[in-house]
Amino acid sequence: MAEWINTLLQGVLLGGLYALFAAGLSLSFGVMRMINIAHGDMIVFAGYAAIFTAEHLGLPPALTLLLVAPALAVLGYLAQRLVFNRTLGDDVLRPLLLTFGLSIVIQNALQEMFSADVRGLDIGPLATANFQLGGDVAIGVLPLLVMATAVATLAALQWLFRQTRAGRAFRATSDDAGTAQLMGVNRQHVYALAMAIASAVVAVAGVFLVMRTTISPSDGPARLLYSFEAVIIGGLGSLWGTLLGGTILGVAQAVGAKLNPGWGVLSGHLAFLLVLMFRPQGLMPKTRDR
Amino acid sequence: MKRELPLAAAATVTRASPLSIAAAVVALLLVLAAASMPAWAERSQLRMATEFLCLLTIAQMWNLLAGYGGLLSVGQQAFVGLGAYSLVVFGLQGGLNAFVVVPIAGVVGLVGAALLAPLAFRLRGAHFAVGTWVMAEVLRIVIANLPFVSGGSGVSVAPTVRGMDIATRDAVSLWLALVLGAGSMAAVYALLRSRWGLALVAVRDSERASQSLGIEGRRLKWLVYVAAAGGCAMAGALIFATKLRVSPDSAFSLEWTTTAFFIVVIGGIGSLEGPLLGAVLYFALREWLSDLGSTYMIVLGSLTVAVMLSGGGGVWGLVNRRGWFDLFPTRRRVRGASAGDD
Repeated sequence: MAEWINTLLQGVLLGGLYALFAAGLSLSFGVMRMINIAHGDMIVFAGYAAIFTAEHLGLPPALTLLLVAPALAVLGYLAQRLVFNRTLGDDVLRPLLLTFGLSIVIQNALQEMFSADVRGLDIGPLATANFQLGGDVAIGVLPLLVMATAVATLAALQWLFRQTRAGRAFRATSDDAGTAQLMGVNRQHVYALAMAIASAVVAVAGVFLVMRTTISPSDGPARLLYSFEAVIIGGLGSLWGTLLGGTILGVAQAVGAKLNPGWGVLSGHLAFLLVLMFRPQGLMPKTRDR
Repeated sequence: MKRELPLAAAATVTRASPLSIAAAVVALLLVLAAASMPAWAERSQLRMATEFLCLLTIAQMWNLLAGYGGLLSVGQQAFVGLGAYSLVVFGLQGGLNAFVVVPIAGVVGLVGAALLAPLAFRLRGAHFAVGTWVMAEVLRIVIANLPFVSGGSGVSVAPTVRGMDIATRDAVSLWLALVLGAGSMAAVYALLRSRWGLALVAVRDSERASQSLGIEGRRLKWLVYVAAAGGCAMAGALIFATKLRVSPDSAFSLEWTTTAFFIVVIGGIGSLEGPLLGAVLYFALREWLSDLGSTYMIVLGSLTVAVMLSGGGGVWGLVNRRGWFDLFPTRRRVRGASAGDD
C-alpha cells in the first residue's frame, strides 16, 4: 500500500517538472500559434548550459539558473526576432519545418561539444533528502521543490498575462495580430518577447531536469513529446491546464513503470491518446487566460 | 450584342512542353539503365541504387503528405516499422519469401494507417506533426515489448531469403526498389494531374475556400495519409529485406522521417522534381561528409533552416523559380492567348 502511495506521490511531483516543460511550449503556442519542434532540445541545451557553468565557474547547481535563464531569454529573443518571425504567416508548415531542422542542429551540436555520454549535475545530499510522512511514505525534497517552482512559475506567468501591459499585448496579438498591430503593438517585438519568456521558463525546466536526472544530447525529442502531451491533456491555451496535464502524465508514467519497468513512457503516451480520443479539447480548454 | 471571347478561339491549354517530353524520354532511359544494372554494375553500386530508390520512395511519400497534402507527419517511421515487422510476421513466422512480403507489407501499412487515421486527424497542423510522432513511439514501444516478434533486441530475418543466392537477391531487391521508386514518382505525378490532385492542392492552399467549392478535404487527406503509409511500409519491408536484421529501434527510428525531411526540404518541397534532386544531393553529401559524424547532421540541419529562411522552395525552387523547367508538368498553361501565361 505504502509503495503505491509513494508511486502516486512521485508521479504527481514528476508532473511539476512536466508542467515546467510544457509552460514554455504552451506560451509560444498561445501567442505565436507556433509549435517549436526544437523545444525539447532547448530544454536539454539549458541542462547542458547549467552543467557547463557549474563545472567551469564552480557555481552551486541552483545558482547556475541566474546565468542560464537570462542567457536563454536573450537567445530566445534573438532566435524569434531574427529567424522564427521570418517564417510566420499563413503557412503553418514553414515554422515547423524550420524548427525541425533546428532541432537536429542542436542535438548534433550538443553531441559535438559534450560527447554522447550521459551527464548530470551533482547536487549533493539534496538528491536523496526526503520528508518521512510515516508508514514508509516519503516525499523527496527536490521533487517537492520542483513542484513548488512550477506552481510559482505558472502563477507568475498568469499574473504577467492578466495584469501587465506586456501581457495585454500578448493576449491582443494572440487574438488578432493584425488589429493589435494597428493599435500600435509591434508584433515582431511581442513575439520575440514571448519567446524570451518561454525560453527563460525552458531554462528553469532544463536546470531542474539535470538536477533530477542525467541527460544525453539525444534526449530532446522525448522532452518535446512530454511537453506537448501535457499541453494537449491540460487543454490548449490554458496555463494551469499544463500543471494538470503534467501531473496526469507524471502519474501515468509512474504507475506504468511500477507495473512493468518497460511501460513507463508507454502509459504516458497512452494517457495522452485516451484524452485525444475522448476529450480532444483537453481537460481545461481555454480558460480565461490564453 | 454578344462579343466573342478571344480566349476561347485562340488559346490552347497545355501541360506538356518539349522539355517535359525530353524529360520523360530521359526518365524512361534511366529506368531501363537501372533495371539492367545487375548485368553490368558492381554489387556495391547495386546496393546503393536499391537504397537510393527506397529512400526516394519514403521521401516522395512524405512530400505527398507534407508538400501537397499540407499534412506534416513526423511519424512516418511507424509505417516503415510496420513494413519491417511484416517481414518478421509473414516472412519469418509465416514462411513467405521476403520479396513476396513486400506487397503484403503495403497492405499492412494501408490498414495500419486507416486504423490510426481517426486519432491522427483529431489534430491539425503542428499538432498533427507531434501526434503522429507519439503514435509511432507507441508502436515502437509496444513491438519492443511483444515477445512473439522477439522483443526489444531484434531478430534476424535471413531465413526469409533462404534458397536465393546473393546475386539473385541483389537483382530482385533492385528491381522491386525500382518499381517502388519509379512507381511512387509516377503515382504522385498521375495523382497531381488528376482532378483529385487539383482538389488536394486546393485544400492545402485554403481548406475553407476549397470547401466552399464542394471539395471534401477530409476524405482527400485521409486518402493521401493512407496511401503514403502503404508506400512507406513497402519501402520499409524492402529495406529490411536487404539489411536482414530487424529491431524495434532501427525499424521505428525517427531517422526515416528525418531523412525524408532532409531529402524533400533541401530538394524542394511541393514539387515532383524536388525529392529526386534532394535524394541525389543527400547521397552525394553523405559520400562526401559522412566521416564527419555529427558535423554532417549539423550541415544537413542548417541547410534545411537556410531553405526555410530563403522562401522554402529548396534547390529545385531556385532552379525553377520562374517555372520554365517543369520536368514533370502538373500545371496547366494557357498558350496563344493575350491572357498570357498560367
